[in-house]
Amino acid sequence: MRIGVFICHCGSNIAGTVDCARVASLAASFPDVVYATDPMYTCAEPGQAAIEAAIREHRLDGVVVASCSPRMHEPTFRRTVERAGLNRYMFEMANIREHVSWIGKDVEANTNKAAELVSMAVAKLRHNRALHAASFDVCKRTLIIGGGVAGIQAALDCAEGGIPVVMVEREPTIGGKMAKLDKTFPTVDCSACILGPKMVDVAQHPNITLHASAEVEDISGYVGNFTVTIRKKATYVDWSKCTGCGECMEKCPSRKTPDPFNEYMGTTTAISIPFPQAIPKKASINPQFCKMLTAGKCGACARACPSGAIVYDMQDELITEKVGAIVAATGYDLVDWTTYEEYGGGRYPDVITSLQYERMLSASGPTGGHIRRPSNGEEPKTVVFVQCVGSRDRSAGRPGCSGFCCMYTAKQAVLTKDHLPDSQSYVFYMDVRANGKLYDEFQRRAVEEYGTEYIRGRVSRIYPDADGRLVVCGADTLLGQAVEVTADLVVLAVGVEASHGAARLAEKLRISYDQQGFFMESHVKLKPVETNTAGVYLAGVCQGVKDIPASVAQGSAAAAKVLALLSRDKLQGDPQVSQVDVKRCVACGKCLRTCPFGAIEMVSFRGQDKAHVIETACQGCGICTSTCPQGAIQLSHFTDNQILAEVNALCQR
Amino acid sequence: MNVINLSRKDPSFTREVEALSGQQVSACYQCGNCTAGCPAGFVYDLQASQIMRGVQLGLKEQVLDSKAIWMCLSCSTCTLRCPNNIDVAGVMETLRHMARREGRIGVKTVNKFWTSFLDTVRLFGRSYEIGVMALYMMRSLRIFTDLDLAPGAIIKEKLGFKPHVAPRGGAEAVGRIMKRYQERAAREGGKQ
Repeated sequence: MRIGVFICHCGSNIAGTVDCARVASLAASFPDVVYATDPMYTCAEPGQAAIEAAIREHRLDGVVVASCSPRMHEPTFRRTVERAGLNRYMFEMANIREHVSWIGKDVEANTNKAAELVSMAVAKLRHNRALHAASFDVCKRTLIIGGGVAGIQAALDCAEGGIPVVMVEREPTIGGKMAKLDKTFPTVDCSACILGPKMVDVAQHPNITLHASAEVEDISGYVGNFTVTIRKKATYVDWSKCTGCGECMEKCPSRKTPDPFNEYMGTTTAISIPFPQAIPKKASINPQFCKMLTAGKCGACARACPSGAIVYDMQDELITEKVGAIVAATGYDLVDWTTYEEYGGGRYPDVITSLQYERMLSASGPTGGHIRRPSNGEEPKTVVFVQCVGSRDRSAGRPGCSGFCCMYTAKQAVLTKDHLPDSQSYVFYMDVRANGKLYDEFQRRAVEEYGTEYIRGRVSRIYPDADGRLVVCGADTLLGQAVEVTADLVVLAVGVEASHGAARLAEKLRISYDQQGFFMESHVKLKPVETNTAGVYLAGVCQGVKDIPASVAQGSAAAAKVLALLSRDKLQGDPQVSQVDVKRCVACGKCLRTCPFGAIEMVSFRGQDKAHVIETACQGCGICTSTCPQGAIQLSHFTDNQILAEVNALCQR
Repeated sequence: MNVINLSRKDPSFTREVEALSGQQVSACYQCGNCTAGCPAGFVYDLQASQIMRGVQLGLKEQVLDSKAIWMCLSCSTCTLRCPNNIDVAGVMETLRHMARREGRIGVKTVNKFWTSFLDTVRLFGRSYEIGVMALYMMRSLRIFTDLDLAPGAIIKEKLGFKPHVAPRGGAEAVGRIMKRYQERAAREGGKQ
């Protein structure tokens, strides 16, 4: 075998703390190495051309590049060697940047470690074989999980591109958080008026199948061929018959049912349609508050329903859908702010969240669009907004900025003045983060034109005074002085966290999530919608905090990725899968039981039971290989021989 | 207003405060929550958040000569409310120690009160309220300070005329501990 070794300088990233020329000269003495060099930037066009030239000139049949993480450039260099006529698996990479140069400053030690990693790569490469990927058919449909504005945008773009979409929404209506908003910054246009038509488009598009009140139960398969089990939760209303007339809501006697759509401001009926523009506009029953379902007597809605849609004995239903790609757009939930005892911990009725205030401002909300103190229904004269509640607070385990609170607080201050011209608003802030298009201009208008008083400091405490008003104790750090404001209404800009249940979904999707529960993109800058699971894409706040324009943009971006993937009729498989040596297999079945992907089956081979790997389902995790007592099952490209060769190279040096 | 030349700041001061208090002062992002909640802030010359800023910038003179570090009640509301988990009250205490070691006593009466308190502890192994009052009045020459509170406190038996002496040689033991500490401080070059 003739091996070429390239020790990349990566500018000064590697060469700063590794003697690359020395590593190259050491590598030249490794078995089968016939050529070794140390280029400045191996991944750049001239660097790749040099690899191709060396393969031809030195008749190389294997290449080792020692540079950055294979996560970064393994695909790049595999294409390079392929262009020069080698099989893409006759290439090995040694990570001497993240694993060596970036983590230590001792040049001598780094150089030795780099040489050892290269020797391991060379040893493995000597055992590599050419592998060839099989191709398989692609299911040209996509699943979109979450019907907020990001999911809606992704669904509409995919559907317009000719790809059938299955949308799953946990709540009885799509629209997400945006449907709850009154107005949107920085233009102060009506949220329902701009989102409503898109929601209707989802309902009417022939390429979109919508499952509301449904959750993803299970996902199996792989890119191009996912099988998704969806749990359609019992709504106790046959939606194929329900016309959304609302007669049932008129007659329902259980009128003290909590109203999640209105953020628990006010109540609704046990059978309800969340809001007038709901999509689908179908009623569903809250079983905890329905008198028929709890006490067994009532039946008012069944008598009122003109289409006979009420089904009290409805059960959850499981359905399966086949899709080729998945977009996760599960959005966010508010942080539980009741842990902030100094703000009343939820005991003061006139301390509310910004999302509750949105519902109050909305004409379709519990107060019909009038700002009222929840305690006594009076109009407030003084409204205090407190920013960064549950954001930028390490003591609460939430170190990050929630991104859009600065802007919606400015918007809410503006709307407060519009609704109540005699009112005065105060905003306690730490920094105003208004870095979007026209955002800073908008925030300045809140100050200059609407007279909002911005006070730079956090709020230490809120307590009620003898008149039932709220004393807000804060600081004006610019003045260097403690200050207090007596308020009629306090609105907390509560921070956001990943949607409840996001972690469970991540496990089903086999994608990662960060410490705050947000799904991990494949690369922070360059692959913001991809995940590390092929065929699974991200849109909206589930990936990290972002406002409506950014969520919509990412929804479209995810759709572009889906359309690109599904534009192909066939996909190349990954040949790094397990293979069974039938001569050694004793059919003990251990591999069947340990495989997390159900990718191993027992087949009859010349009358004997033998394990068999379903190549398209195998993810190449290698658990079976370490389980097999006979060493009969081997993961291609990571065989026992290859791994032992690496260990030997390291230990025998 | 004086211009503070930040290029002449003392970074060793910031490091020393961080080392002695065990707190990462650079974590402070000046939200002002310590100032907002401070019940003694009305008598401060520099607010708690301004003290923290002074430490960040290494403004040793301003911080150690401030009255605020002496007027601090050590109630720890600032510590409780700090979103960045900084023990602000601990930093204030560290600054007080540093100031005292350098003989910078921003509020002399506070120092006299503590000295009086420690004197009674050294003698009896416990605090002795009337003794503290008497010693403090003598030291500070503030004869009538809070004297109007005394009758009520005596009636409620909150002020005993006889000192409680720590029993079974406890008082002497406490006295020895304090003496040992003073000797060690003297050896290591500190003042008390």
